[in-house]
Amino acid sequence: MKYIIAVIQPHMLDEVREELKAAQVNLITVTPVLGCGRQQGITTIYRGMEEMGNLLKKVKIEIAVTDPFLQPTLDAIRKGARTGEIGDGKIFVFDLEDCMRIRTGEMGAQAIG
Amino acid sequence: MEVNGGDTAFVLMSAALVLFMTPGLAFFYGGLVRRKNFLSVLMQCFILICVITLQWVILGYSLSFGANSLGGLIGGLNFLGLSGVGMEPSPDYGTTIPHLAFMAFQGMFAVITPALIIGAFAERIKFSGFLVFMVIWATLVYDPVCHWVWGVGGWMRNLGALDFAGGTVVHINAGVAALVMALLIGKREGYKGGPFTPHHLPFVVLGASVLWFGWFGFNAGSALAADGAAANAFVTTNISTAAAGLTWALIEWKHNGSPTMLGAATGAVAGLVAITPACGFVGPMAAIPIGAGSSALGFVAVAVIKPRLGYDDTLDVFGVHGVGGVWGALATGIFAQKSVGGTDGLLFGNFHQFGVQAVSVLATIAYAAVMTFVLYKLVDAVIGMRVTKKDEIVGLDISQHREAGYTVLE
Repeated sequence: MKYIIAVIQPHMLDEVREELKAAQVNLITVTPVLGCGRQQGITTIYRGMEEMGNLLKKVKIEIAVTDPFLQPTLDAIRKGARTGEIGDGKIFVFDLEDCMRIRTGEMGAQAIG
Repeated sequence: MEVNGGDTAFVLMSAALVLFMTPGLAFFYGGLVRRKNFLSVLMQCFILICVITLQWVILGYSLSFGANSLGGLIGGLNFLGLSGVGMEPSPDYGTTIPHLAFMAFQGMFAVITPALIIGAFAERIKFSGFLVFMVIWATLVYDPVCHWVWGVGGWMRNLGALDFAGGTVVHINAGVAALVMALLIGKREGYKGGPFTPHHLPFVVLGASVLWFGWFGFNAGSALAADGAAANAFVTTNISTAAAGLTWALIEWKHNGSPTMLGAATGAVAGLVAITPACGFVGPMAAIPIGAGSSALGFVAVAVIKPRLGYDDTLDVFGVHGVGGVWGALATGIFAQKSVGGTDGLLFGNFHQFGVQAVSVLATIAYAAVMTFVLYKLVDAVIGMRVTKKDEIVGLDISQHREAGYTVLE
């Protein structure tokens, strides 16, 4: 089992979700976050004074999958989130030790889907 | 002609109430857009107060209320730069209040009319194109239509069309312009026929409430005197709005299973729009069907017709102001009563008045549609009206104004 965390452009979320749906990955947790990587921050102006390098709005998505679903999920996220410009984001993959469905108490792969 | 203190105090206070409607509208609209575009809507409304106020005192007032020119099509230039508009009453308009007070009151109407259109192209318009378009639109669309209806010698006024506080001039005019603009500028990125989730509904309710409050100045103030007509307009305005807010919520309850706050607020605005032309000509009880009818028609326009036709009128300016305005103008011809405002409508056997109202509606629709189309194409060719896809996706607050309405972290 793997745990996937991806940080993407906020406006690409809808397309990522559609791609995930097409790959039959329906469980997802989404959080609005701020961050900055190679894409520099944005400049805003308040009463004539520039404020440099504000953090950019991003969206963090988290998905737990069984091993056979790992590659299709990564592909779906990349397909949906890629614009080709700096700032498209990153995907991180972790080993996932276990998982429990609260309602039934099921564990492991059964609890994920 | 002598200045009457009570009338003057009333009209000046009413003018301030109408001014307050534009920021109210800004919050009504602003709460409905996505958070990345919130400031852009506030800014567009706010800057119109600044820009149209100047346009009005320099040129607009004269084109609207100056001496009849071109056979009743537009006002002359005799009030250019407010020359001859002073502390004494005008012989033609508001004869018991200073001419300046009448000018100021009317100026607030000139401000809010283009501001109403903002809802149609919200979230995708370029600020520079918007500004230029609005100045020209105010000059070539609002000012002439204002003259037709309210200017001495205006052809609709001579025809006998009734419009107490601006159903044709303000709401049909803005509603039709909004539909044309929405069609020309195109759908927002990612628009699939349904709304994007409004970013702050409490602001929408605040804005609708400010509109309701300010509208007493708009309608009752249009009596231009602190008299019985003002009281009648005040009461009919409140009744129509109450009936419309309730009606919209009830329709939703039946149709969607639950009454919503947004529905009640939208209905209230539809009721305010519809009673605007009628408020000085119909009795209090007629305000109930006028308000309820506006919500019923508005609901059909917004929830049934718009999704079928597929145009993206972001905040339903046409569905609420255009449809409500047409209904209000026609309803004036139905429910008008001689004992209230001096003219009978259809219900009291005067078929002629209904016909006159219909002519004024059709003429306003045709003029607003054609002129808005031409002006849009013109400004679009010279300056450009729509932001780039990237600017739209980032949001107009950052891309047009380089500031943000909200922080995510302190």
